[in-house]
Amino acid sequence: MNAATQTTAAQPNASTTLSGAEVLLRALEEQGVEVVFGYPGGAVLPIYDALFQQDRIRHILVRHEQAAVHAAEGYARSTGRVGVVLVTSGPGATNAVTGLLDALMDSVPLVCLSGQVPVQLIGNDAFQEADTTGITRPATKYNYLVKKPEDLARTVHEAFEIARSGRPGPVLIDLPKNITVGPAPYAPPSTQGRRSYQPRVEPDREAVREAVAAMRRGKRPLFYVGGGVINAGPEACEALGRLVHMTGFPCTSTLMGLGAFPSSDPQFVGMLGMHGTYEANLATHDCDVLIALGSRFDDRVTGRVDAFSPRSFKIHADIDPSQINKIIQVDIPIIGDAGRTIAAMIEEWERAEGPAPDADALKNWWEHIEGWRALDCLRFTQDPAPDAIIKPQKAIQRIYELALETGRDTYVSTEVGQHQMWAAQFFKFEQPNRWLTSGGLGTMGYGLPAAVGAQLAHPDALIIDVAGEASTLMNIQELGTIAQYRLPVKLFIINNQYMGMVRQWQELLHGSRYSESYSSALPDFVKLAESFHAKGFRARTMAELDDTIRAALAHDGAVVVDLCVAEGENCFPMIPSGAAHNEMILGPEQEAQGAVVTNEGKMLV
Amino acid sequence: MKHAAGASSATTSTSPSGRDNDEYRAVISVLVDNESGVLARVVGLFSGRGYNIESLTVAPVEDDGARSRINIVTSGTPAIIEQIRAQLDRLVPVCRVANLTTLGPHIAREMVLVKVVSTGEARTEALRIAEAFRARAVDTTASSFVFELTGASEKLDSFVELMRPLGLAEVSRTGVAALTRGPRSL
Repeated sequence: MNAATQTTAAQPNASTTLSGAEVLLRALEEQGVEVVFGYPGGAVLPIYDALFQQDRIRHILVRHEQAAVHAAEGYARSTGRVGVVLVTSGPGATNAVTGLLDALMDSVPLVCLSGQVPVQLIGNDAFQEADTTGITRPATKYNYLVKKPEDLARTVHEAFEIARSGRPGPVLIDLPKNITVGPAPYAPPSTQGRRSYQPRVEPDREAVREAVAAMRRGKRPLFYVGGGVINAGPEACEALGRLVHMTGFPCTSTLMGLGAFPSSDPQFVGMLGMHGTYEANLATHDCDVLIALGSRFDDRVTGRVDAFSPRSFKIHADIDPSQINKIIQVDIPIIGDAGRTIAAMIEEWERAEGPAPDADALKNWWEHIEGWRALDCLRFTQDPAPDAIIKPQKAIQRIYELALETGRDTYVSTEVGQHQMWAAQFFKFEQPNRWLTSGGLGTMGYGLPAAVGAQLAHPDALIIDVAGEASTLMNIQELGTIAQYRLPVKLFIINNQYMGMVRQWQELLHGSRYSESYSSALPDFVKLAESFHAKGFRARTMAELDDTIRAALAHDGAVVVDLCVAEGENCFPMIPSGAAHNEMILGPEQEAQGAVVTNEGKMLV
Repeated sequence: MKHAAGASSATTSTSPSGRDNDEYRAVISVLVDNESGVLARVVGLFSGRGYNIESLTVAPVEDDGARSRINIVTSGTPAIIEQIRAQLDRLVPVCRVANLTTLGPHIAREMVLVKVVSTGEARTEALRIAEAFRARAVDTTASSFVFELTGASEKLDSFVELMRPLGLAEVSRTGVAALTRGPRSL
C-alpha cells in the first residue's frame, strides 16, 4: 500500500521527467526523423519500449544489422535526408560496421544509435559488450559514448548536425542502457555550432574567379563531377546543368556522380574511370582544363596516377580540404559546397571578363570527342534468335528500357561487380538521387537493403535492384523485410553463375584460373522468392527476356527475377590496374588497343 | 621513437628543403577538445593511414581543462605532411592544427631522464659530461645517478650517446613540446 501511495505521489513529477529513451525519441522527432531501421536486443529494449508507446516515428525491422545501415543509406541517398539506424550492443553494433564504413566512403549522412551495457559494467566484458566507439572510430565521421544523462539530448542534435553538414557521413551514438532507462533532461538543438567543427561552405571568390578565367582560356576543357554535387542537393545539380550548357563544355561523371548531370544530354560523355566510356577517358586524358566538382580522384577514376590527365590545368572544388592534392596535384583548389561553388562559377562566367572563350577550339575538341564516341564503346552483339542465350549487357539494357517505358519515377540500386558496372553504363539517369550504389567500399549485398530504404522513402516509385547472384545472397534475408512491409521492390538477378568481376580479373590477370569464383549450389531463386511471399520469374532465352521483365515490372508486389545469362562475358571498356586512360582494353566488338597488364599493375586491386 | 644520429635537423630549421620528394621532420601542434577518445582518434589516424609518429606529447593547456595540446613529431615528404595536417584538421574535436616547421621559427624542447650506473672513472666522467650539458643530477646513490636534461632533441641524443659507455642503464624521454617564436600564437 505504501509503495502504491508513493508511486501516486510521484506521478506529477514523473509526467515531466522523461526517460532517456523518451528524450532520445523526442530529439529524433525534432530532427525530422520519420523512419528508423533497426533490430532489437537487450541493450536497446528501453528504446524499443518507448518506440512501442508512440506512433510518430516508424520502425522498420530488418533481418540483419548490416542491412539496417544499407537501408538507411538507400533512404538517405534517395531523399538527401539523414538516415537513422538502431542496433543493439555487441554483435548488433559490430554487424553495422560494414554499413557505417560504406556510408563514410560514399559520404552518406547517417545517425546510428547503438545500445551499450550500463556505464558501470563497461570494461567488465559484460554480456554483449563491445568497445563500439573504439571499433567504429575509423568507420564513422564521428562517434559518441553518452555517459551522462544531461549530455543525451545535446549529443543527438549535434550528431545530426555533424552527419548532414560539411562532407556528410555516418555518426554513431553509443547509448548505455542505464542512460536510456533512467531520467534525462530534454534540450532543444543549440543554435551555436561546435567550436572545433566549422566546415567551410562558401568558396573563396578569388579562387572561383581564377578558375573561371582558366576555363575561358581552355581549348579542350572538361567537367569531371562527383557525388559531392549530388550531396549539395537537387538545386546544385540544376545549377550544374546551367553551367555545363552555358560553357558548352563536355561533362563526365564518377560512379557516385551519375544523375548530377542528365545522362541523355548530348554534352554528357559518360562515366569515366576503370569501366568508363572510351570518350570520357580519352577526354580526361587529353583535356587541357579539368574542372573537378565534388569528386576525389579515386584510384578507380585516375588509373595510373602519373599518367592521369597529364597536360591539363586542374581545378578542384570540394567541401573536404583533405581531398585537395591528396592524389592529384591541382592548380586551383576551391574549398566549399559544390552548389555554392557552381553558382559562383555561373556568376563569374556571366560577368564575361577577360578574353572570350575560343569557340573554334571548343568545336575542334567536340569533333575529337565525337570521333571517340563513334567507336560506340558499349556496343555488344546479341544473337537475336529466340533460343539464344541472353548476354548480361542485353538483360541490363532491357531492364532499363522497359523500366523507362513504364513512365514511373525509377530508383536503381545495385550490388557490386560486373552487373553494377553494366548498370552504370546502360542506365541513364536524368535526375540526382536515383542511383544507389556502393562506390568507395564496394560492398556486395548493398543493393537489396538499399532498395528497402528507397522504397520506404518513395512508396509509389519503381525501385529496382540490379543484382548479381553472388552479391545478392549476401543480404538475401532482406526478402523477409520486403515481405513484412509489402514493399514492391523489383530484384533482378543477373545470374551468370560466377562472381563475374572476380572471374573477369582471373581471366585477364591470372591465366583463367577461376579460383573459387564459381557460384556453386545456387538456390532456385524462383522458389526462394515464393518462400519469402514474393513472386518469382525466370528467363533463360532471348524469347523470354522482354516478357519476363515486363511481367515483373507490372506485378504490384515484390518480385525476384532470375535472369540466366551468358557466363563468360567481360565488362568493357576496362582500364587495367596500373594503366593510363589512353590504354583501355576494349570489347571484342571494338578494335583491341593492346593494353598490357604490367606486373606492377597486378599488385594493385 | 629514437632520433637517428645524423638525421636531418629540420626540427630547428625554419623551412624544409623546398624539394618535393625530400622527406623532412615536422613538428605538428594540434589543439583539441579535451574529450574521451580524442587521442585515439589522432593516433588512429596516423596508424590507419600509414603515417609515422616519432614522438608525441599531450596535456591539457587551458585552465578549465577544456582543451589539450598534442605535439607530434613526424616525417614525410611535403605532400604527406600536408595530408597529415589536412586529415587532422578534418577530425571533429580538432580545433586548430599547425605545422610549426613550415609556419616559421619555433622552439621545440624535450626532457630526458637518464640513469647511469657506474663507479670510479666512469662515474666521474659521467658527472663531468652532465655538467657540460647542464644536466641536473636529480637522484644520486653511491653507484648511480639520474640526470635530468632539457633541450632540443638532438642535444638529448648526444647526451644519451655520451652516457652509453659510462654505464647508461635506462632512458625516459618526454617527446617534444613546441611553440612558435614571437608574438603569434596557434
